[in-house]
Amino acid sequence: MSDLISMTLAEARDAIRAKKFSSRELTGAFVSAIEKARPLNAFITEAGEQALTMADAADKRIAAGQIGALEGLPLAIKDLFCTKGVRTTAASKILGNFVPSYESTVTQNLWDAGAVMLGKTNLDEFAMGSSNETSAFGNVINPWRAKNSNVNLVPGGSSGGSSAAVAADLCLAATGTDTGGSIRQPAAVTGRVGLKPTYGRCSRFGVVAFASSLDQAGPMTKTVKDAAIMLKTMASVDAKDSTSVDIEVPDYEKLLEGGIKGLRVGIPKEYRIDGVPAEINALWTKGADWLKAQGAEIVEVSLPHTKYALPTYYIVAPAEASSNLARYDGVKFGYRAEGVRDITDLYEKSRGQGFGAEVQRRILIGTYVLSAGYYDAYYSRAQKLRTLIKRDFEQAFEKCDVLLTPTTPGPAFGVGAKTSDPLEMYLQDVFTVTVNLVGLPGISVPAGLSENGLPLGLQLIGQAFDEATLLRVALAVETAADFKHSPAKWWSV
Amino acid sequence: MVVRMNAPIKNKLLKGETGEWEIVIGMEVHAQVLSQSKLFSGASTTFGAEPNNNVSFIDAGFPGMLPVINEKCVEQAVRTGLGLKAKINLRSLFDRKNYFYPDLPQGYQISQYKDPIVGEGEVLIDLKDGESIKVGIERLHLEQDAGKSLHDQHPDHSFVDLNRSGIALMEIVSKPHMRTSEEAAAFLKKLRAIVRYLGTCDGNMDEGSMRADVNVSVCRVGGYDEFRKTGSFKSLGTRCEIKNVNSMRFIAQAVEYEARRQIEVIEGGGTIAQETRLYDSKLGETRSMRSKEEAHDYRYFPDPDLLPLEFEQSWVDAIAKTLPELPDEKKARFMQSGLSPYDASVLVGERELADYYEELAKGVDAKAAANWLNNEIVGRLNRDGLSITDVPVSAAANNAIIQMIFDQTISGKIAKDLLDVVWTEGGDPRQVVEARGMKQVTDTGAIDAAIEAVIAANPDKVEEVKAKPKLSAWFVGQVMKQTGGKANPAAVNAALKTRLNLPDEG
Repeated sequence: MSDLISMTLAEARDAIRAKKFSSRELTGAFVSAIEKARPLNAFITEAGEQALTMADAADKRIAAGQIGALEGLPLAIKDLFCTKGVRTTAASKILGNFVPSYESTVTQNLWDAGAVMLGKTNLDEFAMGSSNETSAFGNVINPWRAKNSNVNLVPGGSSGGSSAAVAADLCLAATGTDTGGSIRQPAAVTGRVGLKPTYGRCSRFGVVAFASSLDQAGPMTKTVKDAAIMLKTMASVDAKDSTSVDIEVPDYEKLLEGGIKGLRVGIPKEYRIDGVPAEINALWTKGADWLKAQGAEIVEVSLPHTKYALPTYYIVAPAEASSNLARYDGVKFGYRAEGVRDITDLYEKSRGQGFGAEVQRRILIGTYVLSAGYYDAYYSRAQKLRTLIKRDFEQAFEKCDVLLTPTTPGPAFGVGAKTSDPLEMYLQDVFTVTVNLVGLPGISVPAGLSENGLPLGLQLIGQAFDEATLLRVALAVETAADFKHSPAKWWSV
Repeated sequence: MVVRMNAPIKNKLLKGETGEWEIVIGMEVHAQVLSQSKLFSGASTTFGAEPNNNVSFIDAGFPGMLPVINEKCVEQAVRTGLGLKAKINLRSLFDRKNYFYPDLPQGYQISQYKDPIVGEGEVLIDLKDGESIKVGIERLHLEQDAGKSLHDQHPDHSFVDLNRSGIALMEIVSKPHMRTSEEAAAFLKKLRAIVRYLGTCDGNMDEGSMRADVNVSVCRVGGYDEFRKTGSFKSLGTRCEIKNVNSMRFIAQAVEYEARRQIEVIEGGGTIAQETRLYDSKLGETRSMRSKEEAHDYRYFPDPDLLPLEFEQSWVDAIAKTLPELPDEKKARFMQSGLSPYDASVLVGERELADYYEELAKGVDAKAAANWLNNEIVGRLNRDGLSITDVPVSAAANNAIIQMIFDQTISGKIAKDLLDVVWTEGGDPRQVVEARGMKQVTDTGAIDAAIEAVIAANPDKVEEVKAKPKLSAWFVGQVMKQTGGKANPAAVNAALKTRLNLPDEG
């Protein structure tokens, strides 16, 4: 039954409905695949037993004719989503053995639709990272390896556990969260699809917060169609999240049809960045040609404040994080240092021992930029830039319907290759952070292989709450790219 | 009514070694919003619950929890703003005030920093001499309360009770428009009356529903006038903030102590450091809590979990329509009906007292009703340790007693006895008067008979009175005694004069 696990979400859904196999059979196949793939370290918590129980319940509902949109379909959940009764770590030591007694809205939506939870996937600590190397539970290994190489590569980040799980067929699809590229970048370097919806499309309730004005949950899938199916269920307006937006969630899967004839695709000229390998730019041009061939009009547009996006992001995100992470203080839950003198000592030791280096770095940056005397120079100016960057996009979207850019400046890199230089690591997000700053939806679609045989992605950026158009164009890229590659399953040999 | 923006400084100066000083006072009052649930969560706000029983995951700062604004609290803040005749801001922002403390579970307090929900307004404060002073309101904003740290429950552990965590507070900030401890206490008293009339805060200072921080500074005579003219704080002294003063009495004491302390420091050649001080009510002194250098850097920034708070003017107008008559309006109406400014302001100080008075005064002389209430009813309440809401005799019953005095059914003296009877035994005053024969005797026959009886028993006194007419009071007393206090004193006087041939002036 090894073929079960390589199915797409849509194929498995249709097969289960046609009673070709049960959810228990499908779930069981994934549970054993996950066990075999432990060398990848994609999961922090495997929930095999619970998955089989959920699968049995789904099978009963299927037998009774009560079939939800994702009935019986096994998924992996990024360990940033709180799951009732299942340990939630945010890949940090500071949460200790925290077991929530509540469920995030996004995962609740999935379970309500009949989905099955296989476990909680690894990530960068508090989603801060682009390589999944800041996890307190160890780094994740990318299932892909370069041509003729045994070197372990990173799966991207922060949703690196989810990207590895999808690429290694350890789930039908996974959830991710994206604050500066954390869905799109790992999807790109593992050859799969990652969608960051419009800010406000998915509820943030029950998702451990990194940077509240940027965080957004989204699907990581094998295909564009699967992303459409997942988003339909994940998205909802939520009374428990004041920033979720009450705009109808359409049937994205149905809206995939229709082609892209007449659509205008913008190519932002500022995204040609010095130092980006030629193969990335070549793929970008190829992508534009594919869309043109399917009837789209290609237009050059300008996003003049692009160069400020990364610095703006690295002020706004740490500022919000420094405040969001203040609650992890050793007082109420999670890790508490032993042998402390007084309350200040308790704070300093618990936080000093509980948070990893990257998280501490960002807390310090965030605290600094919000401090009296520096606020105007940093935070305040970053907010003004955010407004200017937003205006860039508004003006660009007068000339086009979607934008096409590369997703990453290169393919997956080696484990440890960039850990000594945070700035080089931050550059991984150069094409993706802008979208978070302005709240727009973005998707990465696998588009080809690098010279050394590693997957590369193209990014499409859509207009607010128009994920339907975005997905339609993504499907066009997917169709033209005809990316059929999968990593060799070296870990289960 | 006399209202001054800036009352003359008579009796408002403090004498130091080197001359006279003026005190300048501003207040920040935290008033707990009356609402069923907290500002950003559905947890209950009931006072007195077991520790940590009124706590949701939001109030405890659990991972992934998000605040959702409670519309009722917003309405209460707007209502209070309207009661303070203040500008209502149709768009305001919530900010995070960041600091670490065990009873602050999120590590930040959600408050309003740059853009509060309510802007400038004013409060008229009533002083003992009947004078009223206008005190400016700088702003009112909404914020979360913190929990409570308990350090005295265990020798080496501290405990945290989060029941208060997340409860909605209105922070009401005055302008530095008060000049004496009396004015400061009067401000808090008036503010308390207004929020209680509005039903936006129960004003219960014992339960911590209302807490005041008092800013005190001193300056040389003339400095305050200069400040009012130019708006420049440079003409005022450096202020110290006295935290959490929780009664009117303590406010007066804290201000007096702090002003004296500052004058002594300055006159001794020192300077006042801007700092936060704590009032120790046991020792009757203030002491330093933290200096400006030690002050927290709160790193305020807009809370990204909350959208800007926006509403329509029409919503504000609809709330304005439901506002009750407020103390100042009621006071003006009472004064029109004949009450002195002092009586009127005492009566409107508590809404329940004013309501009681209004029923009591129906169809009777306003001044008489106010005197009856202040002297007889409030006197007995104080004696018995009761409040106006526990009064055992209804306003209607007291109204009947006053009417009986006016139609001369009973004397003023009998009325007091009658009140004592119904106070302890209950019953309808008119029936009690009938049943116990307490009616006043105006029948001259009965009075004459009593006079004859007294004369017959005291022939020697008759001669004395004739010689010294002022002694007739003794006869009046005897006759009253003879009639069991029921005789109309005026009728007794007249009959005695005729009988004993006394001159008119006597």
